[in-house]
Amino acid sequence: MKFGVVIFPGSNCDHDTYHVVSKVIGQPVQFIWHRSTSLDDCDVVILPGGFSYGDYLRCGAIARFSPVMQAIKEFAARGGFVLGICNGFQILCESGLLPGVLLRNKDLRFICDFVSLRVEDNSSAFVGQYNKHQIIQLPIAHAEGNYFCTNDELTELERENRIVFRYCSEEGLVSSQFNPNGSISSIAGILNKEKNVLGIMPHPERISEDLLGGTDGRKLFSSLSLHIAGLEKLR
Amino acid sequence: MKAKVYVTLKKGVLDPQGKAIHHAAETIGYNSINGVRQGKYFEIDINTTADLAHVQNEVERFAKEVLSNPVIEDYRVELDQL
Repeated sequence: MKFGVVIFPGSNCDHDTYHVVSKVIGQPVQFIWHRSTSLDDCDVVILPGGFSYGDYLRCGAIARFSPVMQAIKEFAARGGFVLGICNGFQILCESGLLPGVLLRNKDLRFICDFVSLRVEDNSSAFVGQYNKHQIIQLPIAHAEGNYFCTNDELTELERENRIVFRYCSEEGLVSSQFNPNGSISSIAGILNKEKNVLGIMPHPERISEDLLGGTDGRKLFSSLSLHIAGLEKLR
Repeated sequence: MKAKVYVTLKKGVLDPQGKAIHHAAETIGYNSINGVRQGKYFEIDINTTADLAHVQNEVERFAKEVLSNPVIEDYRVELDQL
């Protein structure tokens, strides 16, 4: 099993993500440069947080045209697992690997905070270790996290159980009061149709060790690792 | 030749920046301004030897694929023959 972490010019959570995969989860991981046209033999590719290409034009809009994204599109089409965190989520939306777009936060401010999330569905490979409706606390740090999609797309996301995380209160109540950025339907993370591509706005890699204040994010990485280990056994 | 591309938010897409600008306008006393929607404007230099129809087609494609996000934005292209 191997993880890959993509580095775009302006990525700044690449080393944190690498650290969690290699030291906390204990799995092999390599960096992948944005000019790379191959993902080697990675089973999982992570698009980390940051400000790829300075957020010029629109967040994630320029990263979408980097050579590595073509390889990632082919990888995803073959069923490879792709996880986009924060700016990574924005890139996945711009690339069309996920529906919708992330707009400026409704109050226009950059928000750096801890939020509660409800795990809406735990049937995908990314979140198998969480319980359904489990409440977790993850940090957010973004100015453009206000998820938006058409009503048809929202209906489809709901019908196909592709909304994985929603912002909520500490008790798990989902309402506009506990929605930090104005996201439609309080969405914090969604899957593609085939459920092998996940975009999440909060930062699980920043909360995967007790030393850093909690471990609620760790299961995002360990779920994938266990899922792939299971697949390898079957081979 | 120059191409001008205007990218504007689709109707119904919330524009908090436009709202903030509108609010500022109200605060300073511009009382005839009813609302503001913020967009983007691009000036593009065009190879003068290119065929006009080809240029129109290419800039339209560029506006659609790169300069705008069709989920939330519309675009309009104008060619300016100097």
